[in-house]
Formats: sequence, structure tokens, C-alpha cells
Amino acid sequence: MSEQIDQAIARKYEAGFISDIESDTLPPGLSEDVIRHISAMKEEPEWMLEWRLRAFELWKKMPEPDWAHIGYDLIDYQSISYYSAPKSMKDKPQSLAEVDPELLRTYEKLGIPLHEQEMLAGVAVDAVFDSVSVVTTFRAKLEEAGVIFCPISEAIKKYPELVKKYLGTVVPRADNFFAALNSAVFTDGSFVYIPKGVRSPMELSTYFRINELNTGQFERTLIIAEEGSYVSYLEGCTAPQRDENQLHAAVVELVALDDAEIKYSTVQNWYPGDENGKGGIYNFVTKRGICEKNAKISWTQVETGSAVTWKYPSCILKGDNSVGEFYSVALTRGMQQADTGTKMIHLGKNTKSTIISKGISAGRSSNAYRGLVRMGPNADGARNFTECDSLLIGDQCGAHTFPYIESSNPSAIVEHEATTSKVSDDQLFLCKQRGMDAEKAVSLIVNGFCKEVFKELPMEFAVEAGKLLEISLEGSVG
Amino acid sequence: MLSIKNLHANVEDQNILKGLNLEVGPGEVHAIMGPNGAGKSTLGYVLSGRDGYEATAGNIDFSGTNLLDLEVEERAQAGLFLAFQYPVEIPGVSNMEFMKESVNVIRKARGEEPLSAAEFLKKAKAAAKQVNLPLDFLKRGVNEGFSGGEKKRNEIMQMILLEPKLCILDESDSGLDVDALQVVANGVNSQRDGKRSFIIITHYQRLLDYIKPDFVHILADGKVAKSGGPELAKEVEKTGYAWLEKAGEKAE
Repeated sequence: MSEQIDQAIARKYEAGFISDIESDTLPPGLSEDVIRHISAMKEEPEWMLEWRLRAFELWKKMPEPDWAHIGYDLIDYQSISYYSAPKSMKDKPQSLAEVDPELLRTYEKLGIPLHEQEMLAGVAVDAVFDSVSVVTTFRAKLEEAGVIFCPISEAIKKYPELVKKYLGTVVPRADNFFAALNSAVFTDGSFVYIPKGVRSPMELSTYFRINELNTGQFERTLIIAEEGSYVSYLEGCTAPQRDENQLHAAVVELVALDDAEIKYSTVQNWYPGDENGKGGIYNFVTKRGICEKNAKISWTQVETGSAVTWKYPSCILKGDNSVGEFYSVALTRGMQQADTGTKMIHLGKNTKSTIISKGISAGRSSNAYRGLVRMGPNADGARNFTECDSLLIGDQCGAHTFPYIESSNPSAIVEHEATTSKVSDDQLFLCKQRGMDAEKAVSLIVNGFCKEVFKELPMEFAVEAGKLLEISLEGSVG
Repeated sequence: MLSIKNLHANVEDQNILKGLNLEVGPGEVHAIMGPNGAGKSTLGYVLSGRDGYEATAGNIDFSGTNLLDLEVEERAQAGLFLAFQYPVEIPGVSNMEFMKESVNVIRKARGEEPLSAAEFLKKAKAAAKQVNLPLDFLKRGVNEGFSGGEKKRNEIMQMILLEPKLCILDESDSGLDVDALQVVANGVNSQRDGKRSFIIITHYQRLLDYIKPDFVHILADGKVAKSGGPELAKEVEKTGYAWLEKAGEKAE
């Protein structure tokens, strides 16, 4: 157990400390040897190594995409270190006193308990905290239900048949540049398996996954929901997370078999960089789910962090009567750039999808919704409803909407609604006349704007998400 | 309570108020009448501190503080309430949330404990009942999809909940039918307790049939042209505002 906790608190944050190169950290650069090394460090079976190497071959031939409405300095993939072992205790801040006070203030506002603050800030603490027993109980309960929830590195060794069967089936290695890169070098992530007919007895939260928090920059998640099963998965947390790795390229694959339902909620709050956008995280994520007959996948995301976000959680509605949903709040401020949205690929008959996207732009940021709704030739009676709203705060930010609709079936119905509005002076004046200061007023108005999405989040998460927006918007009205 | 001396104010560089004087004592109801463009609504906005309504000269004393030194929200916290002529919608924010936030921030400014959700709900229900709004209005977005009359009644409900010292009603009667007018008037009358003061801005006399003012002031060209008792409103009802122009011509 103590080893698990060591790893838990070993998550790397840039919190004012300098990292020395340690013996088991690879020098920068990406090559076959590096991939072999990663695979060896993880004690992976041969098939996994082969799988990675093939991804690497594919990646080398792919160009970096440039179609998104974002701009960033070219990434030198040979200057990145693709494996670093968890930090040892002596290299971490020894107490919260050594951590950036700005970060601590934010934690306090979010009401994060002290031991979690230490964990999030990467403080070297003696590993005794309550969560351990919570996790143990949690695991026992899941085991009883037959639910598997473990690091994917562990699943590769313990459940190779399941991993082999599904890994890369929803997001193929050659899907896109960042997915290929992830497939070659991913270090860890979550694996979830819900047996037939089982309803997961609790929401699976990455918070409880403390034994493998150190997943690094290339996270890989695979969730399999067998026939008639149900799971709700919560990813991320509202506390601002710092990471010394600038590039993040995660892949998430969801498989919902007949009559299964997966609800996937994300709160993303990676470091966005300073006022000029310096030092923020580049977040290039590929998330996709496949729905078999009568299955349902629901993505809900609250994106407030990162300097650059490139992310399109999507659903392939393969089975007849399957349902895809996408609820998103993306907030950009300062110099942040977000290009996010979804793809709903309707293949089966009577498939349904709903897209509700709320973009909020403040400061000098840029916020784009990009969505594709495709009605395949066999998607008789398929329906989509899209609502895409942008809210502008101030006059230096930008909001963009790029909806793509492709219909090859005359019986399919696609609806698209879009609005752009500003937080109006009238609204601000009303709130202030009722005693609220400008920041409270804006946060209230913005929370109202996001309500349709927040109500899709698990209750606790929704409250936190509201608070997060409030804090994120501080100082954005003058 | 409120003492306005020689108030001059600009809206977009245009001089609207030109030396306005007004004294409002505790518990008094003052009606401000006058033709369109006389500066009635401007007075309400200058008192509440709206951006773009700039006092260029004069003083406003509100219970011993210089009102012009305070931010909009500080004035509200000090007990100044404005019922809007055109209440704006805030989609997705329920009336409940909005008013609970408002009530508690103002209670805090008064040094009182915040109301719990249950206490607030009880008060809100009573207030909604008082202005004849169905309870589901508490759950609906602020003014979202409300009719004109519902918006005005909603303003009065807010006034009742906030228990201000000074209430300014900006044409709360415009666009109301007789029934709604009565509801608004009853709401206001219920809040007259001998201490709370009211400034009722209206174009027409009819609201004053239901809310008996102590004083009536006729505003013309940015100044109080004439003050009197309730009988002055009746006079306006009969003769209109044309006499003001004549008086103005004579003066020139």
C-alpha cells in the first residue's frame, strides 16, 4: 500500500521546483529504442510492444494537423522526454509553504481539504491520509459487483484478452497524429470493465485511482460496458492541476455493447499559462465511443484549463436505436485557445444524438465549436439536435462555430441552432442594483448560461464546476 | 433620508438634469411626474449609479452618506432599490437563486446572518403570493419569458424581499392593466411602514389613485418645475403637461 501512496503523491506538478534528471528518466527524443524502453519498464508482453511499434511507424508518416482554429509554436517531438519515473520525495516541495501561494489561494476557494491540496501540489507528505481506507472499501465494493477498475498497465498484464480485443478498435492507431503518438508512447491510464447486466455500484472517479495518479502526459483510457450494463465515469478535478509536461495527448475509448450505457464526465483544469499564455498545457485529446444496439454514450465536459485545447469527444452510433449525447462548457480567458466539439456518426437506424455546446470567451481568448453530424445511408429515421451557444465577455475575445453536417439519408433529420450573446450592461446593472459585485454578477450570469450542461453532471461535480467558473472568471470584468 | 441639492447630470454628454432639488423624508411617498424627456428615468439611474449617467454637479445625501461616492452595489447594499421600467432577462438563472444571492449579500452588508435555504424559501413564497405570482415563477429564469405585467410584479416581489430604505419605482405602472396595477400598488402599500420612503416615477396619474403620495413633483427640463400635494397629480390629469411649455416660454 505504501508504494501505491508513494506513486499517488508522486504526480508531477510544476510548483516552483526544478527537476533533476533521474536515472530512470529517459533523455529527450523518440525512437524505437525509447518505445522498447517504455514497454520494458512497464513489463509489458510482446504483443503490446509490437502494437506500440506499429503505431510509431504510422505516426512517423503522419503530418501534424493544422486545421484547427488555434495557433501555437511548433512542438519539437524530439525534445520531449517520453518516460520519467515518479519523483522521489527529496525533490518535491517539503510542505505547502514552498508552493506557489496563488495556487493555494485557489485551492482554498475551492474548499479542498489540506491533504488533497498537498497531493495536488505535489508535496512530499508522509503517506497517511484518509483516502487510503476509502479506496480500499471502494475497491472491495467494486470487486463484489465484478467491476474491474484498474490502471491500464495492470490490465495489460492481468486481462490481456480484453485489452487485445478492444484496444484501438474505437480510436485506431492511424486515426490521427496525436492518437498515433499516444498509441506508441502512452504510459498509463484507466481500464474499466463492467460485466453483462451490471450497474456499477458507484461512480468511478479518477480521484479514487490514487494508486496510479502518475499517468503523465500520454494517458490512455479504455472503458468496456458489456450488454445491459451501466457506468458513470468521472475524470479530472476542479483543482488547477500543474504539470511540467507541456504536451498532453490522451486517448479515451468507450465501448458500449447492446443496451449498455456509459456516462463520461470531465472537468479539465490544466494550467492555462500566464497572462501572455506562456507555459500553459497543450491538450490534444482524442475521445470516442462506439454504441451497439440500443446503447447510449453521454459525454459531459467542462473545459476551463490548458493554453490550447483540441478535443472532440465523439460517438459512433453503430447499433440501431443507439443514442449519443454531448454536453459541453468551454471557457477561455486570457490568451487561451480552445477548438472543441464533437462528432456524431449515425450508422444505425433510428439513432439519436443531442449536442449542447456552451462556449464562454473572456479576455483575449479564442473559443471555437467544431462539430460534425454525419447521417449514413442506412441511418433511416435518425435524428440530431444541436444547440450551440456562445457568450462573450468583453470585446477582445472571439467565438467561432464550425458546424459540419453530412447527410446521406433523406429520412434523417438534423437540427442546428446557434446563438451568440454578450453579457449585457443591462444584466450587469440589474445584478449590481440588487447588491452583487461585478464578479458575482458575471459568474451568476455565466452559470445560468451553462445550466443545461451542468445539470448533466453528477451533483457534486456540478457544484464544483459552478465554483470553478466563478474563480476562472475572476478579474475578467473590469 | 434623501436630500438632492442642485443636481446636474449628463447622459452621453447631453445635459439632462439641470439643477434638481428634492428632499425625501423617512416614510414619505414622493411621486415624480412629467412629460417624456423631462429626466424622470435619468433621475432614477443617477440615484442608483448606472454607468453612463454622470452627475456633473450637486450633492446627493443618503442617510448621511454621499451617495455619489458609492458604487452601484454599495448603494443597493445601503438600502436603495430601483424597480426597473424594463426588467432584463437573465436566462438560466432562476429567480430563487438570483434573489437568494441578492438578499444575502444585502443582509451581509447590514451585518445580518445569511438566510438558510429554507428560511429564504418561506419568505420568497410569501412575497410571490403577495404579488400574485404563481410559485413556479421562483424556479423560472429571471424574467425569462415573463409578460410585461409579470416582470413588473416580479420587481415588486424583489422589493418586498430586500426590505430597502428607499424604493424608486421607475414607471412600474406602464403597460399594466387595472388588475395588475392594483397588485403592484398593493405590494407597495404593504411596504409603507412609516420609515421606508418611496420615489414613484410615473407618466400618468392613475397609479396614484392606488398609491397615495405625500408629495407630487412635476419635472420639466431637468428640474422640479412644481411641487405640491396629491391634488397636483389630479391637475396634471386634467390639463396635461402643456402648461409647462407655456410657463417655459414665459420665462424665456
